[in-house]
Amino acid sequence: MSVKRNKPIIELNKVTKSFGTFQALKGVDATIFEGEFFSLLGPSGCGKTTLLRMIAGFEEATSGTIVIGGKLMTGIPANKRPTNMVFQSYAIFPHLSVGDNVGYGLKTRKLPKAEIAAEVEKALKMVDLGGFSDRAAHELSGGQRQRVALARALVMRPKVILLDEPLSALDKKLRDQMQVELRNLQRSIGITFILVTHDQEEALIMSDRIAVMFEGEIAQLASPEELYRHPVSHRVASFIGVMNFLKATTTVADDQEITLNIPSLGTVSVPASYMPAGMDADTVKTIGIRPEMLTILFDDADKSTCRVEGTVTSTMYYGDMTYYSVKLSDHDDDVTISMRNTAGRSIVPAGGLVQVGWGVESIVLFK
Amino acid sequence: MVNKEGRQGLTLISPTLLYALLMLAAPLAMVVTFSFWTQDYLEVNTTLTLNNYREAWSQPLYRVLIARSLSISLIVTFVTVILAFPIAYYLSFKVTRRKSLWLFLITVPFWTSYLLRVFLWKVILGYNGVLNTAFLELGFITEPLTFLLYNANAVVLTLAHAWAPFAILPIFVALEKIDRSLLEAAEDLGDGPLRRFFRITLPLAMPGVIAAILIVMIPTVGDFITPKLVGGTDGLMIANMIQIQFGKANNAPLGAALAVTSMVIVAAISIVIFLTGKRLGGRVK
Ligand SMILES: Nc1ncnc2c1ncn2[C@@H]1O[C@H](COP(=O)(O)OP(=O)(O)OP(=O)(O)O)[C@@H](O)[C@H]1O
Ligand SMILES: [Mg+2]
Repeated sequence: MSVKRNKPIIELNKVTKSFGTFQALKGVDATIFEGEFFSLLGPSGCGKTTLLRMIAGFEEATSGTIVIGGKLMTGIPANKRPTNMVFQSYAIFPHLSVGDNVGYGLKTRKLPKAEIAAEVEKALKMVDLGGFSDRAAHELSGGQRQRVALARALVMRPKVILLDEPLSALDKKLRDQMQVELRNLQRSIGITFILVTHDQEEALIMSDRIAVMFEGEIAQLASPEELYRHPVSHRVASFIGVMNFLKATTTVADDQEITLNIPSLGTVSVPASYMPAGMDADTVKTIGIRPEMLTILFDDADKSTCRVEGTVTSTMYYGDMTYYSVKLSDHDDDVTISMRNTAGRSIVPAGGLVQVGWGVESIVLFK
Repeated sequence: MVNKEGRQGLTLISPTLLYALLMLAAPLAMVVTFSFWTQDYLEVNTTLTLNNYREAWSQPLYRVLIARSLSISLIVTFVTVILAFPIAYYLSFKVTRRKSLWLFLITVPFWTSYLLRVFLWKVILGYNGVLNTAFLELGFITEPLTFLLYNANAVVLTLAHAWAPFAILPIFVALEKIDRSLLEAAEDLGDGPLRRFFRITLPLAMPGVIAAILIVMIPTVGDFITPKLVGGTDGLMIANMIQIQFGKANNAPLGAALAVTSMVIVAAISIVIFLTGKRLGGRVK
């Protein structure tokens, strides 16, 4: 891990939030570390915004505590918290110039005018908007507004910057570019970022760690790689990328090895270390394999890989990639296989019989 | 060349345009023209002259009336807008349910005629009115108060009441339009409620405040029913004099000159208020 796990900056202890009888957050526990790029990822309505707004101080927790920088935040209003927010709508003050927007918080702090102007220009330069200080807010493009909102938070030098889907209003190209810029900026200034997003790709690209949330609870909190490789549940696995699920039962298990009967693949032995924490051999009901971990074997393939026969049911051509749906057996749904379209490789049409290669290392065990 | 769409547009608005010309521009033009003529007993002398204006501006009576009209109207505007703002604010920010019901209730006074509402105040403020009777019964006073009715204060009170909804609605609309995340952003950047109000809420509500000021000020300068009914002699305003000139005094040209004069003054004040408001409200798009 590249990030030094020095000090916790935010501690969430059994945080819950109810709106009337509806429980939006059902006991969230998490520790976020100094300098970390932390993402809250989950489908719409899972409580990401609610949690972020509680950290910012716009919502009070129903129960549980939030500690920021070692200080208990209960009862402390948003204007006294060491956090700053980049709003989804950017919330650029329409009656103020870009410079006055960015300098807004410094003016509240009663800094001298010249100092504010210098800080504002520095922050604007940081987001590539040097010289924009005198522009009116409404003269900005979407991407520029996003940068102004970011500069307005940066200039305050908060302990934590909170971002609620900051890129969702931008078009795809600009979004891809901003993802990289935002991440690089965060790395270079070292302020903790907490990003809310429902875009799994965005979370994977930008974050040091991701908390995947479903229905007001954190389902898994891990690094992007860990999350992708070892999702703890079907739901997490399908939310982050695509996962093929195959039925499985344990036949023999010991300290070293677990032997599984997988109807679609045959009998397979995996090291005992594959067993996720909190699960034992008897509870294994399915295994998962990512589409890119399966291959359609062509004539030139290495004969030593595990293989199983299947029938192509449909293909989807993406230019650089082809996605195949392949029926392995009657026991499971069709699996998805993604293949890179390398030189000279033809596309197998639907109905074609193929050899599907797979490896033990790519198997993930599920309940 | 007017293209097809343009012609269609013109055709569509022409009835309205015609109506506006006939009902607004024509009478206005007539009043202005009249103000340069002279009344010769029963006939009107159409030689152009500035005599009416000379008289309108030099006679102390007219000056007093215009000054009083302006000051009453400005006080009414000030009182109305100052009282309307908290109501509009409360409606917009604190009422979460049944907002439309509240708005509806605010318009209830309009269900009775303006005249009736003025009379109502007469009943409340009069010598044997509700207020005096109540105070007498309660023993606060030993004889009816006479300063309640037939003076400028009564005019201010009545007008402020009558125009309150006109001030509340534009301010309410302006407040409703404020994106709530702007207020959260201000708080997030360190502002307490008071600072936030003066830095964000008020400047963004300014268009509504200006609209309210103009909506209340412009018609109240020219009001003549209220001063006539509750104003006594101290509460008479310029519109009453204009009415007299057109009627009993039979000097329509002088009345027209007075009307044009007050119109010009009101227009000038309105422009000043509008520009000031624009500056205060900042560069709201
Ligand atoms: N003020 C509120 N009153 C009542 N319910 C609310 C309130 N705010 C949020 N909720 C509910 O809490 C749940 C979580 O909302 P939240 O805005 O945190 O979702 P989210 O994860 O940010 O979703 P999205 O991706 O759509 O923004 C939702 O079901 C929402 O309807
Ligand atoms: Mg949200």
